[in-house]
Amino acid sequence: MAQVQDIEIRDSAALTAAAAEELQDVQGEKMVLNMGPSHPATHGVLRIVLELDGEVITKADPDVGYLHRGDEKIAENMTYTQFIPYTDRLDYLAPLANNVAYALAVEKLLGIHDKLPPRCQYIRVMCAELARISSHLLGLGAFAMDTGAVTVFLLTFTEREKIYNIAEAASGARLTNSYTRIGGLMRDVPPNWVDMIRVFLKEFAVALDEANTLLTRNRIWVDRLRDLGVVSKEMAIDYALSGPNLRGSGVEFDLRKNQPYLCYKDLDFDIAVGSTGDCYDRYLVRMEEMKQSMRILEQCCNKIPGGAENKSHEPVSIQDGKITLPSKQKVLTSMEELIHQFMLVTEGINCPPGETYFGHENPKGELGFYINSKGGGTPNRLKIRAPSFINLSILGELLPGCMISDVPVVLGSLDFVMGESDR
Amino acid sequence: MSALESANKIKAKFGDLIAEPTEFRGEITLKLADAEKIFDVCRFAKSIGFDYLVDICSVDNYGEDPRWTVIYHLRGVANGQDLRIKTDVSEEKSELPSVLPIWRTANWHEREVYDLMGIRFSGHPDLRRILMWEGYPYHPLRKDFPLAGKPTDLPGVAFTKVTPMEGGPFVTLPSSSDSIAREPRVRVPEGAERAVSDQRLIDGKLK
Repeated sequence: MAQVQDIEIRDSAALTAAAAEELQDVQGEKMVLNMGPSHPATHGVLRIVLELDGEVITKADPDVGYLHRGDEKIAENMTYTQFIPYTDRLDYLAPLANNVAYALAVEKLLGIHDKLPPRCQYIRVMCAELARISSHLLGLGAFAMDTGAVTVFLLTFTEREKIYNIAEAASGARLTNSYTRIGGLMRDVPPNWVDMIRVFLKEFAVALDEANTLLTRNRIWVDRLRDLGVVSKEMAIDYALSGPNLRGSGVEFDLRKNQPYLCYKDLDFDIAVGSTGDCYDRYLVRMEEMKQSMRILEQCCNKIPGGAENKSHEPVSIQDGKITLPSKQKVLTSMEELIHQFMLVTEGINCPPGETYFGHENPKGELGFYINSKGGGTPNRLKIRAPSFINLSILGELLPGCMISDVPVVLGSLDFVMGESDR
Repeated sequence: MSALESANKIKAKFGDLIAEPTEFRGEITLKLADAEKIFDVCRFAKSIGFDYLVDICSVDNYGEDPRWTVIYHLRGVANGQDLRIKTDVSEEKSELPSVLPIWRTANWHEREVYDLMGIRFSGHPDLRRILMWEGYPYHPLRKDFPLAGKPTDLPGVAFTKVTPMEGGPFVTLPSSSDSIAREPRVRVPEGAERAVSDQRLIDGKLK
């Protein structure tokens, strides 16, 4: 019978542990570094407590909440319509998309989200896609600037200005649009609006191409971004990332396709998906999404019911006195409309009791509103599923192992807004 | 498999613990009777395809018993189906098991529920406040917390003086002239020649 012998083979983990023990005296002490809350690369008031070993991050603890305003509490104390301006201030880089998301969420509770007039649906889609381009442009510009490419920032901000002009023409406001109303829109778009978008698309195609030339095959850019901040497919789902961050990791999920709303079913567009989930993939996904948004906008410009000038007087709001405000002339001349107007303004829209959740594909990810109603004009509880908040929660796992100079790159590639994260 | 079929599958597995699935606006909701079982239910839901935790939120049913409702929004990424699981927690207990071992995204959601509503999650390794600051004594999303807030013992974080409404360099002055003349930028610094036609603007006072 052969004798059993102990053979000492140490696995790699044990070897590393032994080496670490030997090197303990040589290694320096770990340093704790506070990044933020007012650091230019943290895009707002994000604070990250970094534990450093030399220049390598060993632990990262993101600290959010510096911009907490209690939006959810405020929502419980006002009517559904009164909360629309607060949604502008969530992701303030894409207020139009937030307006659309919130209006659709309340309409779902009312059960009218699939009965919206077609012209309203098209205008809302155009607003959401304009917001997507605008938000990605800012994200890209700031991302490139933090990485050291300042030119792109100037380029993208020039284009964003044009989107603000278009938003102003529609809603009267450049930043805090509040363009949607429950059951429709504040007003129809002006007759030259569609042409404004056509002109913008023509100019934007050139600018996007220029940004593409400046970055996509730029050696410095690629070297900084490749294989950095890699999020695997499983990790992305586990952390419930959404939007370009989820798709950058190779998960083909887009609410516009998987749970279609508005008129996205009638429009032809593709979903951009990454392969490795590093910063470079997330950058490429955003670039491609802007191109797809241009495609959607072009189709909308051609297919919008009523055409640019709406000569056939297509409605942009649901014609229901219990949901949307009647015209002022009717209010002043007819008893029933006067009562409707009075009830809507004083008590708000009477929503049925129940609970709904609606997720909207916002530029930053899935912006969801969970509404718990006990009936009446105000919600019992309104929960905002903020994509930036959830996308940031992965930082604690993503940053350790990176160099400290990689932090702005990883943050830029996640593209978050603190106004939305902190609510 | 539709969301309703999945919901029935979960109901079949846990029997009487789960009430009949309800549907409202095309959304399926399952109500779990025992909050202690939420971990097992969620683990089973994940095993049948709900691999994405969209959101965790809480509702304060003030004046009712049990006081809290905790709501989990699940989704299957592959089939795009949503499912809502909710469970009640009594005020005396105010605690239920954490689902962090199933989905890591639950970490911040559970911290937020703890912070704003004061419901604890047993088994959560790092249950700290997340939106309010460390040491804040209240849970502001509770219905008995006033909208205006409550004073705390902590000193105010930042003190600033009230904006001077008269004469400050950025204050638009009241006047009957047009908006261009009222613009703070048209005001000429002290000592320089004044070019504004409206004489009432001189010295920054309305005469």
